[in-house]
Amino acid sequence: MLKIEDLVVAYGGIEALKGISLEVEEGQIVTLVGANGAGKSTTLRTVIGLVKPVRGRVLFKGLNLLEEKTHHMARHQITLVPEGRRIFPKLTVLENLKIGAFSRRDEKGIKADLEWVFSLFPVLQERSWQLAGTLSGGEQQMLAVGRALMSRPRLLMMDEPSLGLAPLLVKEIFRIIQEINRQGVTILLIEQNANAALRIADRGYVLETGRIVLEGTGRELLANPQVKAAYLGKRKGL
Amino acid sequence: MTLDLFLQHLSNGISLGSLYALIAIGYTMVYGILRLINFAHGDIFMMATYFAFFGIATFQIPWFITFPLVLVLTAALGMGVEAVAYRPLRDAPKISLLISAIGASFFLENLTIVLFGGVPKPFPAPKLFTDVVQVGTVAIQKLTFYIPVVTILALLGLGYLINRTKTGMAMRAVSMDYETAQVMGININRTIAFTFGLGSLLAAVGGIMWGMKFPQIQPLMGVIPGLKCFIAAVIGGIGNIAGAVIGGFILGIGEIMLVAFLPNLTGYRDAFAFVLLILILMSKPTGILGEKTAEKV
Repeated sequence: MLKIEDLVVAYGGIEALKGISLEVEEGQIVTLVGANGAGKSTTLRTVIGLVKPVRGRVLFKGLNLLEEKTHHMARHQITLVPEGRRIFPKLTVLENLKIGAFSRRDEKGIKADLEWVFSLFPVLQERSWQLAGTLSGGEQQMLAVGRALMSRPRLLMMDEPSLGLAPLLVKEIFRIIQEINRQGVTILLIEQNANAALRIADRGYVLETGRIVLEGTGRELLANPQVKAAYLGKRKGL
Repeated sequence: MTLDLFLQHLSNGISLGSLYALIAIGYTMVYGILRLINFAHGDIFMMATYFAFFGIATFQIPWFITFPLVLVLTAALGMGVEAVAYRPLRDAPKISLLISAIGASFFLENLTIVLFGGVPKPFPAPKLFTDVVQVGTVAIQKLTFYIPVVTILALLGLGYLINRTKTGMAMRAVSMDYETAQVMGININRTIAFTFGLGSLLAAVGGIMWGMKFPQIQPLMGVIPGLKCFIAAVIGGIGNIAGAVIGGFILGIGEIMLVAFLPNLTGYRDAFAFVLLILILMSKPTGILGEKTAEKV
């Protein structure tokens, strides 16, 4: 569904991505794990068109995404839950959700999806008239996910959805990611919480300073000693 | 001072305040979406009065056709200024944008001088608006009543557009976060252009009524009202539309009352706005309705 080939991205001469290739198949959950500065966010931001690469290809169902403007991505049913949530603080919760459906014209479908999002996150319905900036961190994250779902994405990219959340909420977010995936949404997930991400992922890629150093199924990577040592908090030899 | 006289001054202040409010909104909306002080806004306001002058005096088009035409032309002018002077600098530092704004302002002023001459022209106000009515013992121009009414209608329309329509929601979203707005499918260039068009249209509404109230137009007439309305926007809390309206009324009514109660200070009329600005910046720098920028992330 999504195919990235030999992608090179540089910020002012410094290469953040040094030629990565990866593939996301329809219906999968694919995760990118890696430390800060490995190039995970850059990968997602390039796919959605916020960053222009030096070279490489990004294909979505055969469509060359590098020629598409960011504001057309929603029309191709590609969306992003950005790092740090980035909800619109002075819009109400309901307006935030409606703006997620900005590119859509099917009023009925939008209404149905709003019900769906409310069923996934009942707290958003209770607070629909509140300004989004007044929500707690966890609620804001749910809003960011709900807003992305309102575009009825086929590919949902998420940049650290669990960052800064209490452990119980992290669990909840991961449960919901799986639930969304079951509804037919393909997911490309970035996580620092490699353990939780690899557990739910069909496929994972490990990034280190702009390169993919390991790839495999979620299970394979979980069992990999290198991954264990670097990302799962277990020391070698233990 | 008699009550009659006071009411006359008050109605004068309200209509001047209305005009300030209409122009101040343009500053505050553009600031809200681009974080830019659009110095050309006062000149766009000036151009609107020239458009009206040519429509009515030169081409003899009836006012009810000229005025809507002026609104359209002025909105187009505002969008043109944005496309030429600001859009190419979208990713440039803010200071470049500011300098470009000053350049756009000088350009419009001098273009007007070259094209239309520097000699003031009489604004051809339709008699319908300038007629005088007798209220009790005081004589008041009909215009003094029309101005606040038109302003309120314009504000209601604006409020509806911004708070109840999809385009308005897009404007608010873009003013908060360009990148995320784009991810949501919002075309930010189009939204910014629309904001300039809308602000310029309101300046044209103000300009037409200004021309009728002070019926002499000249190429630099936008400078002082422009500065005052910028101050009005700052007093109200720049970026906040309701604030701009409040700031406009405070400035308009304050200015008229200053002259009414302290006639000796008439010469300092224009200084009033600046003194008020200094006071506000010392006591509440974010303005009356301005908020601190820190937000939960």
